[in-house]
Amino acid sequence: MAWVWFHRFGSPPHFYRLATRLTPWFAWPAALLCLAGLIGGLVLAPPDYQQHDGFRIIYVHAPAAWLSLMVYVVMATSAAVGLVWRMTVAYAVSASCAVIGASFTALALATGMLYGRPMWGTYWEWDPRLTSELLLLFLYLGYLGLRNSIDDVGRADRASAVLAIVGVVNVPIIHYSVIWWNSLHQAPTVMKFGRPSMPASMLVPLLLMLAGFTAYFVALLLIRARGELLRRERNARWIAEALGAAATGKV
Amino acid sequence: MLKFLAMGGYARYVWPCYALTAAVFGLNIRWALRSLTRAKAEARRRIASVRTAS
Repeated sequence: MAWVWFHRFGSPPHFYRLATRLTPWFAWPAALLCLAGLIGGLVLAPPDYQQHDGFRIIYVHAPAAWLSLMVYVVMATSAAVGLVWRMTVAYAVSASCAVIGASFTALALATGMLYGRPMWGTYWEWDPRLTSELLLLFLYLGYLGLRNSIDDVGRADRASAVLAIVGVVNVPIIHYSVIWWNSLHQAPTVMKFGRPSMPASMLVPLLLMLAGFTAYFVALLLIRARGELLRRERNARWIAEALGAAATGKV
Repeated sequence: MLKFLAMGGYARYVWPCYALTAAVFGLNIRWALRSLTRAKAEARRRIASVRTAS
């Protein structure tokens, strides 16, 4: 049974239709979750006893950092699935991740600098967490650069897949950097075993933002993956059907 | 309202973070839609050229 599902999911026309249908189901919840998280985080949550109102940066910084890692794992996993099963849909998903991941990594770094200045007294420090996150940005940029340098989509998919898979070693390094080494960066508040070290009034908005950012990413991914599928499935008959207007000769 | 905007003296760090986030959200939507629109236009062109050739 599992294989039937796997093959259906891997069929480009099926995935294309599914992605089209699912996009609003992620886009609208994303908007609502982020709105609720913003109200909770900026208005309802009390100021932190140490960081005062400056801690409110966490509501965009932590979800951006979460996406930077999560998107990378999705990119590397789907690249591996593409390599092993030669699955077009998996390659399309992998290629869709890079720009989104790179932009959220840059956002995590930028908001982190603006967070670090008032809390640590410096925008930047060559600290394990900051340095490994910067390396993640370079991995995304390397992936994009490699793809752009190869004209053939199939070859670009395979070459960049290897880079994505090798780079995944950086993900646990980033996550555990604040535990393994002495870091300026604070230890995880939510992504850890045991109870989150935050009161509910601060935690709930953070969880809403994390869920909102994730849903937003899925919506973006579904839109981008459709484009990537169209680029890979040359001359397939289903494309004419999916594009409707072209099929009736109205081009 | 002014008190809210002042963010307890952290306004110059908090608000740029939220502005950057809004920019990244907006740009990603624009880039994703543009990428799909381009791919569709390209696919349509390809289908049309196949039709005229046959």
